[in-house]
Amino acid sequence: MAEKVIYAMYDDDDVLKDGAKLLVSKGVKVSEVFSPFPIHGIDPIIGIKNTRLGIMAFLYGLTGLTLATFGMRFFMIQDWPMNIGGKPNFSYMENILSFIPITFEFTVLCAAHGMAITYFLRNKTLPGMPAQNPDPRTTDDKFVIELRTSENTKFSGEELVTMLKATGIVELDQKDI
Amino acid sequence: MHKEAAIREPLILGHKTYHDITEDVCKPIEDKAPRMWYILFGIALIIGLYGVGCILYLLGTGIGVWGLNKTIGWAWDITNFVWWVGIGHAGTLISAVLLLFRQKWRMAINRSAEAMTIFAVFMAGMFPLIHMGRLWAGYWVMPLPNQFGSLWVNFNSPLLWDVFAISTYLSVGLVFWYIGLIPDFATIRDRAKTNVSKKMYSILAFGWSGRAKQWNRFELVSLVLAGLATPLVFSVHSIVSFDFATSVIPGWHTTIFPPYFVAGAVFSGFAMVQTLMLIMRKAMNLEAYIHTRHVEYMNIVIMVTGSIVGTAYITELFVSWYSGVEYEAYAFINRAAGPYWWAYAAMMTCNVVSPQLMWFRPLRRSLLFTFIISIVVNIGMWFERYVIIVSSIHRDYLPSSWSMHYPSHIDLGVYLGTIGLFFVFFLLFARYFPVLALNEVKTILKSSGESYKNAPDTHHHEEKSNVAKAATNVSKEIEDKNDDSSSDETNTDIKE
Repeated sequence: MAEKVIYAMYDDDDVLKDGAKLLVSKGVKVSEVFSPFPIHGIDPIIGIKNTRLGIMAFLYGLTGLTLATFGMRFFMIQDWPMNIGGKPNFSYMENILSFIPITFEFTVLCAAHGMAITYFLRNKTLPGMPAQNPDPRTTDDKFVIELRTSENTKFSGEELVTMLKATGIVELDQKDI
Repeated sequence: MHKEAAIREPLILGHKTYHDITEDVCKPIEDKAPRMWYILFGIALIIGLYGVGCILYLLGTGIGVWGLNKTIGWAWDITNFVWWVGIGHAGTLISAVLLLFRQKWRMAINRSAEAMTIFAVFMAGMFPLIHMGRLWAGYWVMPLPNQFGSLWVNFNSPLLWDVFAISTYLSVGLVFWYIGLIPDFATIRDRAKTNVSKKMYSILAFGWSGRAKQWNRFELVSLVLAGLATPLVFSVHSIVSFDFATSVIPGWHTTIFPPYFVAGAVFSGFAMVQTLMLIMRKAMNLEAYIHTRHVEYMNIVIMVTGSIVGTAYITELFVSWYSGVEYEAYAFINRAAGPYWWAYAAMMTCNVVSPQLMWFRPLRRSLLFTFIISIVVNIGMWFERYVIIVSSIHRDYLPSSWSMHYPSHIDLGVYLGTIGLFFVFFLLFARYFPVLALNEVKTILKSSGESYKNAPDTHHHEEKSNVAKAATNVSKEIEDKNDDSSSDETNTDIKE
């Protein structure tokens, strides 16, 4: 059976959210929602799990912290123990105060950039990537729900369309793939 | 959706729809630039190029072309550096700190304030680099061992902390700004009419599609970056102040420098935001999004930080006497009554007196008054740095080394040049980039938009009843909708 994708367009985020709630309550799987801005509260309705990028940021930050600590210990204590004003650096702990600013900055640097790079890769948003929103208006003022017949084998295409029409849509598109 | 009290002034004036917001922000980008833009751009470019010329002359001749001398080794250059870094503190403060505090009014100004921040930090970074005299050796500040052995840069030095702080601040700020820009570039991409602009904005938008999961990640990344950028903002100017505070020069050796510099930075940064925003909202017809309320909020921040700065000035004076250190006391007496008294007087008037006028509601809500004060504050903050730096070192311990600093025309040219280049960047930004976080502004339309706030009954009831209807009488709804939707429904196939 040819797979069908149904795009239902809304002109209000709250109407879409109520519609999605209604569809999900009937057992329909909503495969994607496209919107010009984040619709708060849509994720649990359509079964999107919270991103774990925050954990990644923490791990990147930890990496930065470790690198900065061991780096400065090596540079200033071990490799070339610097003697400033007759006060040599004997151990890292004796000098830790003056290493804190750079440790902090490097932690932030690694956490922020590590997370940003992961974000771009996970989102598949990189320079030169093609846009994948079904309609150019979804970055302006329209909101689209995407349903796939392959993910909703319980229902026929017509049934899905009927259910969508009950949710206050403004436009409906279908596509065979 | 967050509820907002009806008596709160709306943040978006007029009866805007989501589409109106897109139109209002994208129109200045899509239309031909007004003649005024070309005139301003031309002026800024000429001034900027003059500055570049001065820098090239300096690089070819040496630091001697500046007005520095044996006693005053740091003057105009580091004043400008601190001034620009300070200005570059408002953007991240607005977008990061105000995001953490969930201040919705930030959304109208964060984009351009962040752009301003980034350009200001560019200008700031230039001064230490050209002060090296040998620009091509600039990479020596990076942690690299020298070629004679393994002598590294000095990690104990606040000057190296500054290298790390400024470069982290600049690059994190840039990433934060760009991540926010991507969805808005996608909006422009999807509206673009000509092939060239479609191609350009496609590249800039990184293929953003606005999927629910992408937005989920977007929100978290913005929040975490804001959380990381908040301590970063405070650390950067604290570290800039360490450049002075960790020295043993009377007048610099002050423990209140870090908080006092941070407050001063926010103070001057917000003033610069006011200057730019008041012009931009007029020139780009954004009066519905950036209006008196936003200006008032920013003026309150200026008033608070200005008061912190004023308190710090007075504390410094008190402590210089109370400490009993003669050199310290002399540094401050000399500052106020010595040969640089006029700079001290300018600083005191501009920074201590002028923000106090913001206690009067009509004044802080007056756009013209705000514009004047914003410029006054930035002049005052420039003098603050000049006073701290030059007046502290021009009277050396040995009277035979006493000296004065007079800027040379190259000093002036480089400074003016950075102002020119700053405006070149900012004008290019205003011409080609969305100056308002347009998709973020859409999220506050229903809670803070005038049309929604003033007519809460009709609109919300309609919505609420729809939910209720949909939830309870599902089957009845389907029939009703089928009847009226069959007539106006348009079924068009999507073109691949």
